[in-house]
Amino acid sequence: MTAAPHDCLARNEWICGTYLSTRRHILADAVVQHLQLTAVSIGIAVVIAVPLALAARHRRWAAGPVLGVTTVLYTIPSLAMFSLLLPVYGLSASLVVAGLVLYSLTLLVRNILAGLRAVPEETRQAARGMGYGPLRLLFAVELPLALPAAMAGLRIATVSAVSLVTIGAIVGHGGLGNLIYAGMNTFFKAQVLTASVLCVVIAVLADLLLLGVQWLITPWARRQRP
Amino acid sequence: MNVLTGSWSWLTSTAHWEGPDGIAHRLAQHLFLTVVCLALSCAVALPVALVLGHLGKGGALAVNLSNVGRAVPTFAVLVLLLLTPIGTYGQWPTIIALVLFAIPPLLTNAYVGMRGVDHDVVRAARGMGMTGAQQLRGVELPLALPMVLTGVRIAAVQLVATATLAALVGGGGLGRIITAGFSLASTPEVVAGAVLVAVLALLVEGAFALVQRLSPHRAGDAAR
Repeated sequence: MTAAPHDCLARNEWICGTYLSTRRHILADAVVQHLQLTAVSIGIAVVIAVPLALAARHRRWAAGPVLGVTTVLYTIPSLAMFSLLLPVYGLSASLVVAGLVLYSLTLLVRNILAGLRAVPEETRQAARGMGYGPLRLLFAVELPLALPAAMAGLRIATVSAVSLVTIGAIVGHGGLGNLIYAGMNTFFKAQVLTASVLCVVIAVLADLLLLGVQWLITPWARRQRP
Repeated sequence: MNVLTGSWSWLTSTAHWEGPDGIAHRLAQHLFLTVVCLALSCAVALPVALVLGHLGKGGALAVNLSNVGRAVPTFAVLVLLLLTPIGTYGQWPTIIALVLFAIPPLLTNAYVGMRGVDHDVVRAARGMGMTGAQQLRGVELPLALPMVLTGVRIAAVQLVATATLAALVGGGGLGRIITAGFSLASTPEVVAGAVLVAVLALLVEGAFALVQRLSPHRAGDAAR
């Protein structure tokens, strides 16, 4: 084992080229699982957060409970959240997704609501004066103007979700977290470091991707920039 | 429903509260870790943030640090520290990881609070002949206090949460009840541990919210 070819694996070094080349498929599978868990959770969270934020915006009585409940959910530690969902979902990927959705909700609802509330009353009145109905006002005026704040929330939620997926390792569905967990038990340094670095890389790339999307869908914001 | 009644009877049985693996001891470990790390991270982060905020320098650092903190998984850092030579020194990997993750919210909030102080007030203080240190202590710090406290509150809640993760790497704290439940495949024990951790986090959050509400300056006044 200590002979030439697999040397850095045998010596258990932090950085190991042999690890990268021999475990390529394991790493790729973990990255794909990580991305799937993140994307599905954030997707579901957005679908739930938009109506909640709209309800909180337009029905005064809904704002308190919506913000209160999402804040309480956000305070619950991740390991506890996943554990609390255990009786409902069992040891499954749905458990991790459900936990991540609950976390992302707070960030998304808060930011979308802040964006909607920041739409100037004059703008709303001008649109109404031009004959915009409530639906057209929402889709053509209010939502586009709330986009920058909403996208800021989406970026924070996505980066947090990428990092929180690793905790899913406790139920065996943690993407790269599985590799970190397994690497910890076997003191496999190369695996722990590689998986951790990949996690951060995914988070940074996701953030940049969303920044690019925001740049593309808010052309008016970049024209205003000095 | 069975799980709920199971967890309830697990929680209320006195046998589970006593001994080195008991709830009482785990709770004490959890609180000890949280308090020690909160004190350490405040001692490191607050002086730096207050001085930087007073001088108006290092804003990019203060803001970017919290973004970096979000992108790096706490669990990964815990395991990485455990595998380094520090890992042989008992609780230290956990304490270092916890402090590292508590610093960004403390630094960012204190810095933003200091920069948010009305410039006219600071200029008036300088006009009255106050030195830099007097301005910092007598004018800027009291006005920035609500934001500083908000940072401490976020850090404290985060520490309670992260101290749970210590169990994954063999540390103490309430997380051990959850991991023990997982290894025994005992859902009631897992849920009981999770409830304890969640309640503790909510209590800490609630306690800080109460302190902020009772203090003369409301946090909201400065934030807006």
